[in-house]
Amino acid sequence: MSAVTQLVVGLGSCGIAAGARQVHETLVAELSARGLKVPVTATGCIGACHREPLVEARTAEGGRFLYGDLDSEKVKRLVAEHVAGGNPVEELLIPADYPFLARQRKVVLANCGVIDPESLEDYLAVEGYQALRKVLSSLSPQQVIAEVQASGLRGRGGAGFPTGLKWSLARASRPGKRYLVCNADEGDPGAFMDRSLLESDPHAVLEGMAIAAYAIGADEAYMYVRAEYPLAIKRLEIAIRQAEERNLLGQGILGTAFCLHIHLKEGAGAFVCGEETALMNSIEGKRGMPTLRPPFPAERGLWGAPTNINNVETYGNVPYILRKGGVEYAKFGTAKSKGTKVFALAGKIKLGGMIEVPMGISLREVIFGVGGGIAGDKKFKAVQLGGPSGGCIPESLLEVQVDYDSLTATGAIMGSGGMVVMDESTCMVDMARYFLSFTQSESCGKCTFCRMGTKRMLETLERICGGQGRMSDIALLEELAVKVRLASLCGLGQTAPNPVLTTLKYFREEYEEHIREKRCRAKQCRALIRYWVIAETCTGCMACAKTCPTQAAVGERKKVHTIIQDKCIQCGLCFQACRFEAIGVATGEEAAAITAAAAAEAPVATPMGGAA
Amino acid sequence: METSVDSFERLLEAWRGQKGNVIPLLQKTQELRGFLSNEDMAGIARATGKSPAEIYGVATFYAQFRFQPAGRHTLKVCHGTACHVNGAESLDTTLKMELGIEAGATTEDGEFSLEKVACLGCCSLAPVVMLDSEVHGRLTGDKLKKVLRKAKP
Repeated sequence: MSAVTQLVVGLGSCGIAAGARQVHETLVAELSARGLKVPVTATGCIGACHREPLVEARTAEGGRFLYGDLDSEKVKRLVAEHVAGGNPVEELLIPADYPFLARQRKVVLANCGVIDPESLEDYLAVEGYQALRKVLSSLSPQQVIAEVQASGLRGRGGAGFPTGLKWSLARASRPGKRYLVCNADEGDPGAFMDRSLLESDPHAVLEGMAIAAYAIGADEAYMYVRAEYPLAIKRLEIAIRQAEERNLLGQGILGTAFCLHIHLKEGAGAFVCGEETALMNSIEGKRGMPTLRPPFPAERGLWGAPTNINNVETYGNVPYILRKGGVEYAKFGTAKSKGTKVFALAGKIKLGGMIEVPMGISLREVIFGVGGGIAGDKKFKAVQLGGPSGGCIPESLLEVQVDYDSLTATGAIMGSGGMVVMDESTCMVDMARYFLSFTQSESCGKCTFCRMGTKRMLETLERICGGQGRMSDIALLEELAVKVRLASLCGLGQTAPNPVLTTLKYFREEYEEHIREKRCRAKQCRALIRYWVIAETCTGCMACAKTCPTQAAVGERKKVHTIIQDKCIQCGLCFQACRFEAIGVATGEEAAAITAAAAAEAPVATPMGGAA
Repeated sequence: METSVDSFERLLEAWRGQKGNVIPLLQKTQELRGFLSNEDMAGIARATGKSPAEIYGVATFYAQFRFQPAGRHTLKVCHGTACHVNGAESLDTTLKMELGIEAGATTEDGEFSLEKVACLGCCSLAPVVMLDSEVHGRLTGDKLKKVLRKAKP
């Protein structure tokens, strides 16, 4: 029996949202009430977001006990039985062989959920800044670039450009002032890898940036972070200050002539600023609009100077590569895609969270192995990769392996790491509409085809979802998709049609059903569905009537309720509220029959079937 | 006591001459005043040597900036992909009924400003909203009503 010597609370944004601060407070209060002097420390994202709030109990012998789904009562048990009593609380433990954790391979996330992100000592204790030390004491910039080239690392922002090549281009650019930029403007909806990494291990990213700056010859760097990530910004501020105090950043780093000043820049809410030229315009204080490439940033970047720009996760890989060597890193992955990839696994998945898997793993293994399959054991329909720039991959392609080229061949992209799983209750036409409404509102307006083309595509999709679609709309969408892609300057416009093209390619029949049969098989498109009360199961509990925002669901207590079709806005709140499966959803012919029946009757508000 | 006019002047002074100062100045001004007035944008224009039109052009490009005072509480409804597939739209319906406003507006009593945001990055807790700086996850219409009630005075 070994005593608990440390308690670690996961305090990333997700954990805090799930109640980790209360868990932290209860833990501290309980320990002090019992006079137990066990230190309670904070860590970032442990990754198992679906089990938040999480607490890890550590013993002097290196034992680790991870507790999940905690609340105040469970914390009290944990303190009483494990900390005070010395017996782990088996039923609250997440087992060591938990598939979600056991099937991952952590390189970038190795320290996430292990160290305290606000403690430089913690980072130093896990070989932190050893890579920078090694680089500055024994490697030339060219040797650093060669090592990164040997690793085969490609840009983790989504496009997959070889990182070593990018650095060598910046290095070879004209002499004089150079800048380094870290793109932390993680804008894809459904993606939170960069936020978690910055919240959990900010020093690793800073160390990666310092190594890159040394390699390309920059002495000034900008980190451009989304304003929606206040915790990441706070922890970066702390980390930069700590590193400067210890001479790991700033003037004359570690006693050498190398200097690097890192400035934090908060974004101001524009998705297009994730595009590198737009991002640099934004740093300069201008409207964040993209400019034509070439010239590429390596030639003319920030304030006209040669600039190297990489994504957060790319920099996060660098310390490992320089510590272990490029060849060692290249042992993970496939021939053309080396290393690991971090994904934010979300949507209709059983075990969601932040995961890291080796390149080359199949999508099926990620979703059903790591993620445990579909929530509520519904049927898998598609997985969306790459956010608004990516696409939806159907079940028939789940064996495809996770690497840049294989994923691109499906019509989707690797993307920055958003992986949203969809089940049979997700409408693929609605998904396309959703992404187009996003890109359309985020288009900066510079290129006509992006500005107007996405608007016309959105209108067409809205028409189809609204039950007003025409068969010619499908051809119209395909035609516009090609034009928008060809005539847009930056990645936003060039990739905006992808969600439409992939859903048309793999789920065309859903489009046709919407148009021909006015049927939405997922029962999501409001104009194509009707709610009705199943008299046999309705108990007259009034839950639907209470929640209905338009007084369409009506009825007396203990009598069968009814839905007045004229008033119903198909919001689905009654369906969610009903605990007796007494609300039915109809689409297609059935919905038309309900509408016709309602029109035939006078819309009276008295409940039918009064004798029941 | 320092007035907000003094702090604004001090802000302009602190950032004077720094490259790329326009967006930080707009952000700090909004933090100080709650929104960006034409007068303050003109002040930033003078301090940075740019035209008021240029400052206004930058400010209106970014979603973060407001040109009217916000409510006492700001409620951001996440419309990220995970929240979308997990029912963010039905939260909108609840909010419309509870507050009587749509995204982008402020309630008449000045209590709540409602915003629609792309993604708050708490996808595993979808659907989520952010009330001021606190994220509330795994919401249903009823849970959201409780969140609102707690915030009301």
